[in-house]
Amino acid sequence: MGMARAQHRPASRGVWGRAAGLAAAGLAIAGLLGGATAASAAGIGQPVPWQMDLQQPVTEVATEIYNFHHLLNWIMLVIVLFVLGLLIYCIVRFNERAQPTPSRTTHNTTLEVAWTIVPVLILVAIAIPSFRVLRTQLSDPRADLMVKVIGHAWYWSYEYPEDVGGFKFDANLLEGEDQVKSGQPKLLATDNEVVVPVNKIVKVQVTAADVLHSWALPSFGFKIDAIPGRLNQFWFKAEREGTYHGQCSELCGQRHAYMPITVKVVSQEAFQAWTAEAKTKFARTDGASRFADAR
Amino acid sequence: MAQAATAGHDDAHAHTPPFFQRWFNSTNHKDIGTLYLLFAFSAGIVGAFLSFGIRMEMEQPGLQYFSNPQTYNVFVTGHGLIMVFFMVMPALIGGFGNWFVPLMIGAPDMAFPRMNNISFWLTVAGFASLVCSLFVEGAPGAVGAGTGWTVYPPLSTVGHPGPAADFAIFALHLAGAGSILGAINFITTILNMRAPGMTLHKMPLFAWSMLVTAFLLLLSLPVLAGAITMLITDRNFGTTFFDPAGGGDPILYQHLFWFFGHPEVYIMILPAFGIVSHIISTFSRKPVFGYLAMAYAMVAIGVVGFVVWAHHMYTVGLTLQTQSYFVFATMVIAVPTGVKIFSWIATMWGGSIRFTAAMHWAVGFVFLFTVGGVTGVILANAAVDRYLHDTYYVVAHFHYVLSLGAVFIIFAGVYYWFPKMTGRIIPEWAGKLHFWLAFIGANVLFFPMHFLGLAGMPRRYADYPDAFAGWHYVATMGGHIFALGMVVFVIGVVLAFRSKERAADNPWGEGATTLEWTLSSPPPFHQYETLPVIVDEPAHAH
Repeated sequence: MGMARAQHRPASRGVWGRAAGLAAAGLAIAGLLGGATAASAAGIGQPVPWQMDLQQPVTEVATEIYNFHHLLNWIMLVIVLFVLGLLIYCIVRFNERAQPTPSRTTHNTTLEVAWTIVPVLILVAIAIPSFRVLRTQLSDPRADLMVKVIGHAWYWSYEYPEDVGGFKFDANLLEGEDQVKSGQPKLLATDNEVVVPVNKIVKVQVTAADVLHSWALPSFGFKIDAIPGRLNQFWFKAEREGTYHGQCSELCGQRHAYMPITVKVVSQEAFQAWTAEAKTKFARTDGASRFADAR
Repeated sequence: MAQAATAGHDDAHAHTPPFFQRWFNSTNHKDIGTLYLLFAFSAGIVGAFLSFGIRMEMEQPGLQYFSNPQTYNVFVTGHGLIMVFFMVMPALIGGFGNWFVPLMIGAPDMAFPRMNNISFWLTVAGFASLVCSLFVEGAPGAVGAGTGWTVYPPLSTVGHPGPAADFAIFALHLAGAGSILGAINFITTILNMRAPGMTLHKMPLFAWSMLVTAFLLLLSLPVLAGAITMLITDRNFGTTFFDPAGGGDPILYQHLFWFFGHPEVYIMILPAFGIVSHIISTFSRKPVFGYLAMAYAMVAIGVVGFVVWAHHMYTVGLTLQTQSYFVFATMVIAVPTGVKIFSWIATMWGGSIRFTAAMHWAVGFVFLFTVGGVTGVILANAAVDRYLHDTYYVVAHFHYVLSLGAVFIIFAGVYYWFPKMTGRIIPEWAGKLHFWLAFIGANVLFFPMHFLGLAGMPRRYADYPDAFAGWHYVATMGGHIFALGMVVFVIGVVLAFRSKERAADNPWGEGATTLEWTLSSPPPFHQYETLPVIVDEPAHAH
């Protein structure tokens, strides 16, 4: 083999170049994936520059998504590196210089059974936590507060039920000087914010007035489509006070990118103070606007 | 046969019809295949131009090039529709399928040559309709259909009162009708016209992949046709299939669309699976490892592909039980896909591998398709998709399996079969340089999109918060590198036609065992006037 390599130096270098190229690409991808997994979660309630990971979770649902995604990411990283390793071995060991005569092997029952069964086992290992996390998400717990969300082209409107004051308001994108003054990030700031109490189960009922929209809040692990004629429902329990941002996540036309979502999580006292003020500041919900029964 | 009657023509091979007759009324599978490939390349240029517009706009936050964000939506929609229906499908199915299915199974032509011609021209008509849609009003005050390639109502109905959406829908109708006719043609050809001795279990894997693809087309496209016909009547004739005001439901459309749409992604990748098997086998100088498992893995992917559609709809409000089922069914697909990945590696294992340009693309495909596959398994979990749905993570995933999957194999197929189709030789250096530019460019382009998605960047946004600027800039630079590779490709093809060098009948040596390599390069206008007889299976040697 050594002699063969000496005789065919350029070709041999080509083989190593290919292997190195593939290895470099693979390791870069592995490094990036690994980096994404290892890096501490960045951005509370909003993305930060060069972020490589999920937004920092502030609800149980988001935390479960965060941890489950990291588990998946490691499993997938191992699989990708395993395939990459096999490919590089083939490139180096079985190129025509290193292996002038090919084998004629076309079957190996043990191997074939193994590479069918092992993936099945890996998928079962993934499915168990997957179904557990899914059950939490769709557990539909009893609500402490209901909020109704209506998607419009291109803004969101919100309605609070009678027991906290029975008012409604629109939330539009804050632009220009208003946005700068608000101190909130560009394209994520809204003129009115959804205010909810901390550590309370908030159930959000979502529908749309015209086309499809989707009410999404990454740090809550929350996303549900707003569909005309349907009342969708999902929940969150924010565990930390603060301001959290999301964006419309279903293509809805011209200003799809300009209808952000801002949720302010505050203490129970601050929430009560806000509803008292909101009752006078915002329009009252009419009798026709009812909430579906919350369990 | 015909020669006996026309004894005066001693050289039937050279007797090609005049230009118009040959290229516009063509009934020859190789000419129609060539037309499809040229059409796919032309449409691909338009699709690439649209993606260039997208990447230029996304390079920085704010609106740089699109004063009206609706125009950006039109670009995104056009890019998706063109690349799916008028680039990948015509190249892999119409192009390579037409060219090589008859050659590989030892058939003189397709079963229905005239239907083959109408399939092609329906596709061209569909493309013309789509291009028309770009120039007429769609949403109020803007031209073009900005509905996304999924054409979801109500955005595609009340959201687009102008005729652009009608043109886009007719484009799908026409391309779909062409594909259904093509599918019927492939199924009939493969089931009835194999050479004597070529049983289904001796048939080359590319023919297997086309058989499965044709069945997927035949069973899924009528559902799309029904769904978009209902869109047309909702739009124009006052029906309310998808309008809750009249008792309809927009989600009905999504179920119908994805019942087509999910098989559609396998329609795009299965022919590539077939091609990559031949390339790896040829250049490893070994028969395909686990031939039967490879064939039936494709059948399994095709069958299971029909029962996983709602994993595109985890956020529409499906019940726990429904979501759990679709998680389970979707993950099942990873098993036959894994069989294919490992069998390709096992085909290389112990081989004597020659790293031609085509082999570069094939090996690159196996790795990148694995990356796209594992992100698919992540997205299959409804629990995680709650976060990632409609973010750039999904954009990254499907570009890994399509742009770095199907498109890589389109180029692999071009480099592999170019000598057979034209008798000319693209310089190896051009193919390899093209590969490295595409490999690096596409990874720099699409890998950062995973990070954008994880950070929460939604899809189909003309403008975005400043925090996403960094990775978008990197992605756009990757796009430029990829585009440079395309320039090298065109140079390679031009050099091939300028060179006096001619390809041998079988330029790839003993590893190339399928029947097309027994013919001249390019093959005669009518091949197999005496049918080949398959004695021992070439693809299934022990």
